[in-house]
Amino acid sequence: MILRSTTAALSAGFLAFSVAPSMAVTEISWWHAMTGANNEVVETLSKEFNESQSEYKVTPVFKGTYPETLNAGIAAFRANQTPHIIQVFDVGTGVMMAAEGAVKPVAEILSMGGGTFDKSQYLPGIVSYYSRPDGTMLSFPYNSSSPILYYNKDIFEKAGLDASNPPKTWPEVFEAARAIKSSGAAACGYTSTWLTWIGLENFSAWNNLQYGTNENGLAGTDVELTFNSEAHVRHFQNIADLAKDEVFRYGGRTSEAKQLFLSGECGIMTESSGGLGDIVKAGMNYGIGQMPYYPDLEGAPQNTIPGGASLWVFGGHDEAEYEGVAAFFQFLSQVEIQQRLHQVSGYLPVTLAAYEATKASGFYDENPGRETPITQMMGKEPTANSKGIRLINMPQVRDIQNEEFEKMLAGQQTAKQALDNAVERGNAAIQEALGN
Amino acid sequence: MSPRVVFPNRMLPYLLLAPQLAITLVFFYWPASQALYQSVLREDPFGLASRYVGLDNFRRVLADPNYINSIEVTAIFSVATAALAMSTALLLAVMADKVIRGRGIYRTLMIWPYAVAPAIAGMLWLFMFNPTMGTFAYMLRATGYNWDPLLNGPQAMTLVIAAAAWKQISYNFLFFVAGLQAIPKTLIEAAAIDGAGETKRFWTIVFPLLAPTTFFLLVVNTVYAFFDTFGIIHAVTGGGPGKSTETLVYKVYNDGFVNLLFGSSAAQSVILMVIVIAMTAVQFRYVEKKVHYG
Repeated sequence: MILRSTTAALSAGFLAFSVAPSMAVTEISWWHAMTGANNEVVETLSKEFNESQSEYKVTPVFKGTYPETLNAGIAAFRANQTPHIIQVFDVGTGVMMAAEGAVKPVAEILSMGGGTFDKSQYLPGIVSYYSRPDGTMLSFPYNSSSPILYYNKDIFEKAGLDASNPPKTWPEVFEAARAIKSSGAAACGYTSTWLTWIGLENFSAWNNLQYGTNENGLAGTDVELTFNSEAHVRHFQNIADLAKDEVFRYGGRTSEAKQLFLSGECGIMTESSGGLGDIVKAGMNYGIGQMPYYPDLEGAPQNTIPGGASLWVFGGHDEAEYEGVAAFFQFLSQVEIQQRLHQVSGYLPVTLAAYEATKASGFYDENPGRETPITQMMGKEPTANSKGIRLINMPQVRDIQNEEFEKMLAGQQTAKQALDNAVERGNAAIQEALGN
Repeated sequence: MSPRVVFPNRMLPYLLLAPQLAITLVFFYWPASQALYQSVLREDPFGLASRYVGLDNFRRVLADPNYINSIEVTAIFSVATAALAMSTALLLAVMADKVIRGRGIYRTLMIWPYAVAPAIAGMLWLFMFNPTMGTFAYMLRATGYNWDPLLNGPQAMTLVIAAAAWKQISYNFLFFVAGLQAIPKTLIEAAAIDGAGETKRFWTIVFPLLAPTTFFLLVVNTVYAFFDTFGIIHAVTGGGPGKSTETLVYKVYNDGFVNLLFGSSAAQSVILMVIVIAMTAVQFRYVEKKVHYG
């Protein structure tokens, strides 16, 4: 452990040396966690920015998975060798936010270099997630996604279901899933990636249920978890029952379940809109629907909350370098850039103008369902339950939830026990992380 | 008294030792002292605020039922991995010793898996046995067996033990083959003439004479199961399902690098250090006495 942080510190030091002055251009380092097609986007964007002007040069550095990138950033901070920009995944938001003094709010950065920062041009659902309780935008939303429902049209037809009409509510999803299984159209009816992010966090927001006190942590760090309400228990018991009958198949803690859908083993899946690329590539006959909800719950469907990652700026750098960061963020906010990012990757556009432009271009008419993740997030004014979820130690709380879910799906405990345990252990972990 | 080498220059021996000492200092004593230091602190991930908490981190760790669980998991995992890797390697070594034609090829093939990095070995086994995409998993399920290591703890444990043992068999095989070659053929031939069967010869002559090798491998395999299997567990199960494959080392990583609880993680690594030192001491103190070095 020590060894790893030392290496990270060493490499950070090396990086700082290798980009040392002697040139007129101001170097901006950007640590990120994007792989494959998304990594190409990062490279292209940096290249385009560097070619568009001669004052600044952005150097992207791949730092591994999301947690690895965050750890590299933390190690670099401890060694006083921070990059300018670091990409941090959604659940790391609370960690970064707690590090006051280590980071520089993006709102401050964007109003530097002569620019003015107008928060209203960004998508409100995304901005509120990355803002402090007083409304100051802390990080730049780079890649945001929202969970949606995917279904296999061929399997639907084989099972005698209406392939042009995806199930809209959870009872309908469960019914369709059972029909898929019992008709033999597929080995499994329903699966889901990210039971934490989709099944619990977005489930709460979408059905207007409280996840934790203090506006799910957005209003303050001292949060008491409350995701073991009757409605939560009912939902997870339904899934546990489906798992027992092998109608629901568990794929893993993150996005592994996508394989089950791609291989045609499962007919319905809830997954991030960012997962669309792989499904398109597989060439399957798929359809997209909005996230299911429980019709008897008051206020449902409310709105979904964003996942993905945002760009944070470390403190302690030169004024000139911050101006370069500001220029880069202004570059990223341009309508054409955002529009392209959205259409290529399945991630959401960050600015309203990019959304409007995509709409006007007829992209959504040609690609039905692609607007769903945005309308889901923007459909309604967010409530205290649906602005987002922020915990000082979200990765740990998700781990706890996953462990309890796995025991539940293995039939070792009921949904009530699983959620009660997760709340109790989660609360203890939050208090420990707060230093109490 | 054993014969001693005497250096004419007083400084020379220290100079010769210096590189090794420097490496030990930089890669062991320095990190170990940092771990000790961090284990009595509690601080936020960025180290912005840290305070001295004495032995509180240790108290919390030892009172944590999950920590007790990971001790159990480690015990099961280590014993099973070492036993499986050593017994299989011994069997293969004895068999390979009998082969006359093409023994070189056999031996080379047996050694190959050792060159595979733990994380890659983990991925190989994962690809074969992952319920969502594995070929063998598909075949197992086709026979009607409910193979699901994603949710079934014992199955996940079996999978990581098999992967970890598979990787270590080559190493053990190599040492057993060398050990077997060192056993004088005359002893075995004499026993054969006296009418001892193959099994009898193995247990009364070969196995006792292999004891030094076996003891050495026991130490190495235990250390391997404790520390070098992290990559395999990380790739195959990530400590799940639940916490059923979370070994002590994996927990140190998880609490430190995922949960960002550096104090608790450091305390755990200190405890781990004590356990390993104690275990090695016990092995040398008691088990070695039973070893006959011929």
